[in-house]
Amino acid sequence: MDKLEYERVIEMKKVSAPRGNFNGTSAKETETFFERMHSKNRVLPSLKDAIIKSGLKDGMTISFHHHFRNGDHIINYVMDVIAEMGIKDLTIAASSLTDIHAPLIEHIKNGVVTHIETSGLRGELADAISHGLMESPITFRSHGGRAAAIESGELHIDVAFLGAPSCDPYGNANGYSRDDDNATMCGSLGYARLDAMYADTTIILTDHLVRFPNAPFAIPESNVDYVVFVDSIGDPKGLMSGATRYTKNPKELLIAKTAADVIEASGYFYDGFSMQMGSGGASLATARFIREKMEAKNIHCRFALGGITGQIVEMHEAGLIDRILDVQSFDLIAANSLKNNRYHIQINASYYASYLNRGAAVNQLDFVILSALEIDTEFNVNVLTGSDGVIRGAIGGHPDTAEGASMSVVVCPLTRGRIPTVVKKVNTVVTPGRVVDVVVTDQGIAVNPNRPDLYKKFQDAGLPLFTIEQLEERAERIVGTPEPIKYKDRIVGVVLYRDNTVIDTIHQVDDDE
Amino acid sequence: MKQLRRSMLFVPGNNPGMVRDAYIYGSDSIMFDLEDSVSINEKDSARFLVYQALSSLRYGKKERVVRINDLTTGLGIKDLEAIVRAKPDVIRLPKTETAQDVIDCEREIARIESEAGIEVGSTHMMAAIESARGVLNAYDIAVSSKRLIGIALGAEDYVTDLKTTRSDGTELFFARNMILNAARAAGIDAIDTVYSDINNEEGFIAEVRLIKKLGFDGKSVINPRQIPPLHKEFMPSEKDLQKAKAILAAIAEANAKGSGVASLKGKMIDKPVVIRAERLLELAQLAYSMPVEEI
Repeated sequence: MDKLEYERVIEMKKVSAPRGNFNGTSAKETETFFERMHSKNRVLPSLKDAIIKSGLKDGMTISFHHHFRNGDHIINYVMDVIAEMGIKDLTIAASSLTDIHAPLIEHIKNGVVTHIETSGLRGELADAISHGLMESPITFRSHGGRAAAIESGELHIDVAFLGAPSCDPYGNANGYSRDDDNATMCGSLGYARLDAMYADTTIILTDHLVRFPNAPFAIPESNVDYVVFVDSIGDPKGLMSGATRYTKNPKELLIAKTAADVIEASGYFYDGFSMQMGSGGASLATARFIREKMEAKNIHCRFALGGITGQIVEMHEAGLIDRILDVQSFDLIAANSLKNNRYHIQINASYYASYLNRGAAVNQLDFVILSALEIDTEFNVNVLTGSDGVIRGAIGGHPDTAEGASMSVVVCPLTRGRIPTVVKKVNTVVTPGRVVDVVVTDQGIAVNPNRPDLYKKFQDAGLPLFTIEQLEERAERIVGTPEPIKYKDRIVGVVLYRDNTVIDTIHQVDDDE
Repeated sequence: MKQLRRSMLFVPGNNPGMVRDAYIYGSDSIMFDLEDSVSINEKDSARFLVYQALSSLRYGKKERVVRINDLTTGLGIKDLEAIVRAKPDVIRLPKTETAQDVIDCEREIARIESEAGIEVGSTHMMAAIESARGVLNAYDIAVSSKRLIGIALGAEDYVTDLKTTRSDGTELFFARNMILNAARAAGIDAIDTVYSDINNEEGFIAEVRLIKKLGFDGKSVINPRQIPPLHKEFMPSEKDLQKAKAILAAIAEANAKGSGVASLKGKMIDKPVVIRAERLLELAQLAYSMPVEEI
């Protein structure tokens, strides 16, 4: 087509073709796709190469996911390489951190890491931070809050380092592999998917490189810049401790049975209901009692959401649950089910719980079963700091699901050893009492006064109801009144609600005499 | 009102968590053990713990029973000295062989009650029979003290004494019937032994059905998980309750007409039938009044 003819085309205002006249194509690639996979791919020889290519510099933000839970090898490995390269003043924005990340203490002391964002902290790292290890307080976000912060740009990720149990040479990555059953697996990569989507640079680390296309994939190659092959991404034992087992603890069973009775009486137990359950002993056992009730009443569940356990999978496979929406797989059975069951669907953190996502699945929950380290007489819940004021937990999806679900049920023992669970005031507010509807303990149930509808239903069902103040008094009568925790003025953690407003702060504990 | 004794939960006296939480599982009685579940070097701490728990914790309507050590060991008297002062509902005497064992224990309890300013006779007793000799003396034991509210079979020691082991219950048939008849003759309760294979719920339920059929008031349990199935078996069915109500209505009508015998659906209703119906309704009423408690 000659030039004049092109000018005539662009004068026709409705035809949008601003990129000029056709100018021929580049040379066609004629090797086989198999050859190309080896010659032109995104695999780099080492992590150091990938870091150099990513342009990582002092002061930037890097992200990690926690799908390998306590078996994660990625964070410690990546941080060692970064430290060796002399990069400093980094912010780590992990979806969560756990006991295995104690080596971060050294990187903090050496100035490699100067700020941390996470859902939770445990073990030595948490202890050191509670005792004032860091200048800058930790930013604690819920899973939904983190997703929202990434989407809104409040949390900007420069480089995401994402471990993946399988990946092809272009970066199509997944939490399991269909090419080799022996690969390490973690199931859902729900938290990592959002990081890959929004990070300036995404680096996939994998111990299992497979041929293109690694389909289905959780993370598409379009979101991936580099791929690095490593010997180990995680320890399968810490990563997946087999099936999460039913408790035999009679107290947990009692709590679970009461929780199931609560659900049955609540009006949210109907044919086609939806639910989310945690992986704690009492939550898991609740699933068993719910299952018995579903079978007895011949009703089924439309979908189960959240961190998914083997118990949920068994109910799905028995035809009791239609769909599973999985942001994180809690055990090997759940991971295998994601791989094999057609209606076990992987979702990302935003779709799970972000308040900015108009489809957030938590908003479709009829009920959620949650745990608590402490709950106070205003129904505020703490899942982050222990009775000594030291950080020892994770927010997870607690506030997201509590707010989203039509009924949130907190299950906890009234006391743990000599420590009361129901208290006058929680150490740290993570989930505000306004969104917590029911508390089930081994010694009775309390209903939030905001929910007289539920109270009436439970009363009609003859359930053992008390006021939250009665439960608190009972706990106090058994274990006494603990001495108040001594804190220093310095703030070591800032807790954000799911809309990323500040809901509480955590202070440095004062162990001085 | 009659005390329900469908379930008596064994709680090792040296386990603070279990001692603290024992009342949450809904058993009719809680038996704090100072005897076989407590090792010899834990005896003092268990005694101290149970004394403190009885003195300071509330157990609602649950009957609080303490199993002391055999008086011949020297530990038993120490147990009594402490525990009677904490005012339990019942002292359970282990390995009772003769009426004299009960009398000896009662004398000590009475002395301590008197010393502590507690109403003499207010501490009840129950006797566990755990040997061939004890079984043969069951009636004498059952009538040996007004404080006795029941006698119980302790099967583990008993089968050892018989030179057999526990199996399907055949080996306990004689002892169970001896103890049951002795208890009934004395007008007190008969409590069956524990079922120790806690993961075998089917076997447990079969044994519960057997002892209920024999006429026992209840059973000792070693794990809280055994309580709901036990209570379920002891709970009259809705059909039985309706029938009992119909029987009482029929006899009331007959009485009004001056007759002591009525008939219901072609079956004669006389005094034993009426007594059974009354007991059934009383049991149901007691059982339904249990779950929700003031704490």
